[in-house]
Amino acid sequence: MTIVDSEAETVLALDGIGRTYISGEVEVAALAEVHLTVGRGEYVSIVGPSGSGKSTLLNILGLLDRPSSGSYLFEGLEVADLDETQRTAVRGRRIGFVFQAFHLLSHRSVVENVTLSMLYTGVPARERVERARAALAAVGLEQRADFTPTRLSGGERQRVAIARAIVADPALLLADEPTGNLDSKTSDSILGLFDALRAGGLTIVMITHDASVASRADRSVRIRDGVLSEVGAAEHAGGHAQNHIGAGQWEGRP
Amino acid sequence: MNTTHLSWRDLASEAIAGLASRPARTLLTVLGTVLGISALVATVGIAQTAGNRIVGSFDELSATSVVVTNESGFWGGGGGPKASFPRDAEDRISRLNGVNAVGVVGTVSVGDALASTVKIDDPTARNEFQIDVKAASPGLLDAVKGEMRMGRWFDSGHESRADDVVVLGPGAASKLNVYRVDQQPVVFLGDQAYVVMGVLRDVSRQPDLLNAIIMPEATARKHYDYTSASTVQVDVALGAAELIGAQAPIALNPDDPKVYRVQVPPSPNSLRNKVEGDVNSLFLILGGVSLLVGAIGIANVTLVSVLERIGEIGLRRAFGARRRHIAMQFLLESTAMGLVGGIMGATLGVLVVVILSATREWTPVLSPWIPIVAPLLGAITGLVAGVYPSMRAASLEPVEALRAGT
Repeated sequence: MTIVDSEAETVLALDGIGRTYISGEVEVAALAEVHLTVGRGEYVSIVGPSGSGKSTLLNILGLLDRPSSGSYLFEGLEVADLDETQRTAVRGRRIGFVFQAFHLLSHRSVVENVTLSMLYTGVPARERVERARAALAAVGLEQRADFTPTRLSGGERQRVAIARAIVADPALLLADEPTGNLDSKTSDSILGLFDALRAGGLTIVMITHDASVASRADRSVRIRDGVLSEVGAAEHAGGHAQNHIGAGQWEGRP
Repeated sequence: MNTTHLSWRDLASEAIAGLASRPARTLLTVLGTVLGISALVATVGIAQTAGNRIVGSFDELSATSVVVTNESGFWGGGGGPKASFPRDAEDRISRLNGVNAVGVVGTVSVGDALASTVKIDDPTARNEFQIDVKAASPGLLDAVKGEMRMGRWFDSGHESRADDVVVLGPGAASKLNVYRVDQQPVVFLGDQAYVVMGVLRDVSRQPDLLNAIIMPEATARKHYDYTSASTVQVDVALGAAELIGAQAPIALNPDDPKVYRVQVPPSPNSLRNKVEGDVNSLFLILGGVSLLVGAIGIANVTLVSVLERIGEIGLRRAFGARRRHIAMQFLLESTAMGLVGGIMGATLGVLVVVILSATREWTPVLSPWIPIVAPLLGAITGLVAGVYPSMRAASLEPVEALRAGT
């Protein structure tokens, strides 16, 4: 197996990625010839209407799904060649996920939810809890650590999900409509948190159908009918690297 | 990049957390296994207790009885002439160490002679009966643990004088309307009169005496064609049955001891096992069925749990859980449910045995391995029940699982 070059400037590089589904006897192309490169520390949004193939792209980026064709280099490693166990390991150790529906375990405490993303990566139990509490402090929820998610507001739940995604120190944070279930004020606060993480050096790829949300990223990529096109920098409001909650505290993390 | 892994400790705590998050459902699921295991434990316990109990009551009677008969061949047929017992059979056997009492008994052939009390010709009621006539030795009453209702059993004096006396079994006495013996009533066998000197109340062995007219052997020889007793009843000390059973034929006929057939009691252990076997096979099937129902319950609920937690499974897969981690978690959850059910069931089963024994004033008997093996059986039930749901959980694709679950 290739040694991962975690110092490489490019976190992911898609080259001619295609994904087709068989629906009955018809072959449907969800993604066609996608080329995308995301550099380390970059904050990229992928914007498109529903059914445009953006979820398919996110699943491939997150190693949850395999492309039908093309090459996917993740931190310099050709992940299309990996077997399932190796892909699972890359996914578990190097990629963090934030979902629209939060995906929190309602019967487990907030801190247990956050530790879950480190469960399979070999971090000792005591260290998992310490790191989870630190991550919760970073998203402003240290007081809620022992609550169950059912007692939290939507914004707080998404903050827990973000804490869970970043606590394992991933190379890439994938966010799937992270503000889709939130009101505009809460959305703004969550996007501010992403800005802070970006400022801390985290590589973020966010998927959204909302152009205004997408515009908070350094760079936006538009997807329509499975085809990607770059959005001009001029369309961006850009430069939202100003943190709301002190991005600097992520820089010194191991 | 290394593979992901999950320590046993983390696996166990995840499984426990999974079960504890739905305590009411977990308990209800476990109930089936509790019933199955408790039924099994209670069944085995009751069978062992009852086996012990039955042997206890059998011991007093059965384990102290040795019967020697002159029936040759397995079914007493054999065709050849029957071997006779020596006239001093009672004396020979009583000299053996371990014999408490000994007596002989034989059937007397009286031909067509009917038994009656009063020789009258009464057309309105029958007063002549065909009743078995037995010849017995003075020691027989003790050897069959008999009790007299009235009067007394004949002694060696009657035997040596060949007195015309009889003792009636209770059945024969009521047929012949003999209710008192203080007036020395007489019964007739044909035309021969005999004084009734006693009536039996009951015998523990040789129950055919209860409906018979019993006379001393010498009397039988005097009036009828009676040559030898057919049965020697021996009451032996507890534990001596095997030995007496081996010695008695030699004492009776040193030249050819094999002409007699000896019945010794089965050893208490084999009797106990037989009783337990009979009870067990019936109730073990019931317990097994309960356990099967319990297993189906666990399988069902684990499967429902898998379907409910599809989102969680997708999430865990996203966080690096391999298929086997998912499978092992659900398998451990179902095994833990089975184990808890097994522990609760074993406890309940032991309680049932103890309470039942207490109400009957029996001594509860239960093999010590049962309360240890029963929870393991529950765990195995849970493990087997969890196989299919776990495979279903592990086969889920992370993308599909994340999309389906919330």
